Amino acid sequence: MPTVIVNNKPVEIGPSEKLNCIQAAERAGDTIPSYCWHHDLSVVASCRMCLVEVGEKKPDGTIAMQPKLSPGCQTPVKDGTVIVSNSEKVLAAQKATLEYLLLNHPLDCPVCDQAGECGLQDYSYKYGRGYSRLQEPKNIKPDKDYIGDQITLFTDRCIMCTRCVRFTREISGTAEMQVISRGTHEEIDIFPGEPCNNKLAGNVVDLCPVGALCSKDFLYQQRVWWLKSKNSVCPGCSTGCSITVDQNEDVLYRLKPRENPQAQGSFMCDEGRFGWKYAQSDRRLTSPEQRTGGQTVSRDWDVVLSSLSTTLADLSDRKPGTFVVTISPWATVEEAYLLAKFAKDVNPNARLALGPVRTVGEDDLYPKDIHGKPSLPTRFTIRAEKCPNRRGVEAVLNHFREEVIPFTTVLHEVENGSVETLFVLGGDPEGWIGDADAAKLDKLKLLIVQDLLASAASSKAHFVLPGAAWAEKDGTFVNHNGLAQAIHRGLRGPEGSRPDGRILFELAGRSGLFHAASLRQEIASQIPELAALSVGDLGEFGVSLTSAAKTEPQPVG
Amino acid sequence: MSTFEPTLLARINKPDSQSLETYRRDGGYEGFKKALGMAPVDVINQVKDSGLRGRGGAGFPTGLKWTFLPKDHPGPIYLAINADESEPATFNNRILMEQDPHQVLEGIAISCYAIKSKKAYIYLRYEYGRSYRALKKAIEECYAAGLFGQNIHGTGFDLDVVLHRGAAAYICGEETGLIESLEGKRAWPRIKPPFPAIEGLFRKPTIVNNIETMACVKQILDRGADWFKSMGVPPDPSNPRDAGSYGPKLYCISGHVNKPGCVELPMGITARQLIDEHGGGVWKGRNAKAVVPGGISMGFLSASELDTPLDFNGPGKVGCLGLGTAAITVIDDHTSMVDVLFNCARFFAHESCGQCTPCREGTAWMHKILARIRMGEGQSRDLDLLNEVASSMGIIPGTTICGLSDGAAWPIKNAIKKFRSEFEEYIQTGRKTVKPSDALMEVH
Ligand SMILES: Cc1cc2nc3c(=O)[nH]c(=O)nc-3n(C[C@H](O)[C@H](O)[C@H](O)COP(=O)(O)O)c2cc1C
Ligand code: SF4
Ligand code: SF4
Ligand code: SF4
Ligand code: FES
Repeated sequence: MPTVIVNNKPVEIGPSEKLNCIQAAERAGDTIPSYCWHHDLSVVASCRMCLVEVGEKKPDGTIAMQPKLSPGCQTPVKDGTVIVSNSEKVLAAQKATLEYLLLNHPLDCPVCDQAGECGLQDYSYKYGRGYSRLQEPKNIKPDKDYIGDQITLFTDRCIMCTRCVRFTREISGTAEMQVISRGTHEEIDIFPGEPCNNKLAGNVVDLCPVGALCSKDFLYQQRVWWLKSKNSVCPGCSTGCSITVDQNEDVLYRLKPRENPQAQGSFMCDEGRFGWKYAQSDRRLTSPEQRTGGQTVSRDWDVVLSSLSTTLADLSDRKPGTFVVTISPWATVEEAYLLAKFAKDVNPNARLALGPVRTVGEDDLYPKDIHGKPSLPTRFTIRAEKCPNRRGVEAVLNHFREEVIPFTTVLHEVENGSVETLFVLGGDPEGWIGDADAAKLDKLKLLIVQDLLASAASSKAHFVLPGAAWAEKDGTFVNHNGLAQAIHRGLRGPEGSRPDGRILFELAGRSGLFHAASLRQEIASQIPELAALSVGDLGEFGVSLTSAAKTEPQPVG
Repeated sequence: MSTFEPTLLARINKPDSQSLETYRRDGGYEGFKKALGMAPVDVINQVKDSGLRGRGGAGFPTGLKWTFLPKDHPGPIYLAINADESEPATFNNRILMEQDPHQVLEGIAISCYAIKSKKAYIYLRYEYGRSYRALKKAIEECYAAGLFGQNIHGTGFDLDVVLHRGAAAYICGEETGLIESLEGKRAWPRIKPPFPAIEGLFRKPTIVNNIETMACVKQILDRGADWFKSMGVPPDPSNPRDAGSYGPKLYCISGHVNKPGCVELPMGITARQLIDEHGGGVWKGRNAKAVVPGGISMGFLSASELDTPLDFNGPGKVGCLGLGTAAITVIDDHTSMVDVLFNCARFFAHESCGQCTPCREGTAWMHKILARIRMGEGQSRDLDLLNEVASSMGIIPGTTICGLSDGAAWPIKNAIKKFRSEFEEYIQTGRKTVKPSDALMEVH
């Protein structure tokens, strides 16, 4: 194995691995500070934060160091590469670079959104000097709130790392951002009249190592040290971007992409990033209800659930095929499994359907070329299929059901009276039923709606079960590519709502508490297509159903 | 010395020196014809044998640079001619282009043949309108005469020469800044490797050479490598990295002299000889306090260092960055070095492309410190600070992408070392050469 020596520590790298000094040092547990370098962007080696001493260990054991400093981000390592990142010379260079970066920096940390997660703060504390030797006036540059609909620029906080510029050139391809002026007067700006409003624009805020580019949505909402983060998955489309959910006191403040090479990579789209506001809207269902003839019988969870369970048990006498359960592709694997299994248990003749799969346009591929056409290689895809878990729900339905029922057929059968009881597990924030279709539901003898938001269907349901938004529950989403990822309960939903898994767990009269990891193991043992879930804990990056399926025997039939 | 016959400048100021007709009458394009009859590798070898080192500032051996191109490359290979001539007080390229454009074009044609390039770009600084017109006309003449274009002289060799005007910035003279600019981008120097010979213009192998280098190539083909090597200074045995300084060189003389101008002399002349024998002496009967050896980015020679030979090796021996463009600027003893240095710092702060943190912020900071000193608010510790900032930037310490910052650092380091007492006196006596308001205006 090729071996690199980092600050006297040997560390092995893969035989065909292409790493730079920063990455090799990370393997050895050492940090080489960096700003401009980002593994998904081209290397410019301009910030000069990552300067190190580099040398080579010769076969005879002697070490020859280069006399100059080298940028660690630009220097590839190979067998015998020697990296020194803690010598006097390196420390002096780090100190100098930081002093330069802070020369004209306003140091307005008390009012800066980035404070607490700022590259300048962290490195200054670790590698910088405690005071500035500048005696002259600082440069003053105008703030620019016009960078994008969602993006503002505090120009004098910028350290000119050009990550934002490279992102719009290399990943979105839309190239709205640029550097204007020269030398110390340089500023980030947009091309006049071309604000950075592409669908990936919000990523430049994450990429900005300092508080220069800020999200208007998040601006001045929270000090970041109050935020608590949970790993999750964006429910915005079937790409299933790995994200973190940042909340404080049960208020969701922001979503950030979480790097996952198996899922989307390093970024997320603005539809997902800003598209969660429904979860905290007053359209949420917040009261469980049992209703008869326009009268509310109960608003007590225990009463509603036990009454529902008795009602459903009585259905077994009815004509086969009149009980249909519809599970939306917004449901988690665990919820789909609990509901499908429960339905089949109470009524073996229950029929299972997949809720409406909402698609919008076509897959949206990036980067774009100057004509707005996607150019290769693709670096990011926003998928047309706007639900997070069609594949997961389908896997469950495939296991339990005998026939395929699309939702349009369900509606048709409701209309002609062949379906009498309908249980809908919803979740689509855009709504899954319009007024015209909802009118058809009047024919039903029994309508149960478990959903997040009020709808034309929930207002006429006999049972209403207020569920939870994805950020409020534990479970599993399977993305377009068969990657099963865990979502985690990051905050509590509004009072009266409950995580859907818990609702279904109690409805099914299971003993104990809903626990996603144990349920995954149960599901894996029952459903071969989901065998990979047997690990229980899906980890940070999820597990692939497809690669597991290659090693596991294929399900028969 | 009196027997030296100029070759590069031989045709300057002759009537109609720019025309193809007079150029041919003087034996023009015979060297190109000769080259076309040779194998390209033999042309390269002849240039190698001559010991020619690039005239653009870095003094890299030209023939050696050409051999860095990938072997048997299917092409295209490009020759990019650096006519940005942006180093202050440097005007030798301009004289060649304005007065004898065909000499330059013939050198370009020979070089393209040698490196198997079918396309040369001349990157000309915007301010050189006269050079632009002279080159444009000369290129048109060459196309009309079948010297450029397809299948030249029936040899199967094709050549196109494109004249491109820059938009005027010092950094466009740095070879990879030039390439970026030619590609239509901001002239931000590239990180190396890859070097241009491997991946240059439009990501293809590219040789970047200076205008004067091209004129030398033409003379070497005409007169032979031995002729070129018969002039100049052999390698310094005490410096293993010195490859010698051969051939004629165009020296520019400016500043406080009676007769500024550009002269051609064998390499190795001293600053004193240039001033006294060719520049008519220091003006107003004064003495030289300092001399810039070859563009301000090389630093300063003090009055006691004026006998330093101005070859590639000489200026380095007295602490200068190098020979640079061999353009001397004479500073008389009535001039304040504080003012001189302020002016240098202002130039580099203005011209830093702004990519690398140490150069972007360091050059501007040094400018601000010097402005403050000139306002009478200097402290002696400022000199150490200036020195520290200057020492922290450049490709020599490895902290920046290009050599602009070494050039920005060198005058500061040289001035503080060689003229420290003048700076200290200036600071201690609280002298002001400028009203504070003016000094501030100059910074912002
Ligand atoms: C900041 C900077 C400015 C430069 N400006 C010029 C210039 O104006 N003209 C030039 O020929 N070379 C200039 N150079 C040197 C070029 O990078 C390059 O070395 C040269 O053009 C190569 O040609 P030569 O080998 O024929 O000398 C500059 C270098 C730096 C670092
Ligand atoms: S705005 Fe932020 S990301 Fe863009 S160059 Fe400045 S510091 Fe870097
Ligand atoms: S691409 Fe899809 S999953 Fe990723 S952030 Fe956008 S909507 Fe969410
Ligand atoms: S050293 Fe200065 S001029 Fe050269 S690339 Fe860096 S910032 Fe630009
Ligand atoms: S991270 Fe290496 S130079 Fe910026």
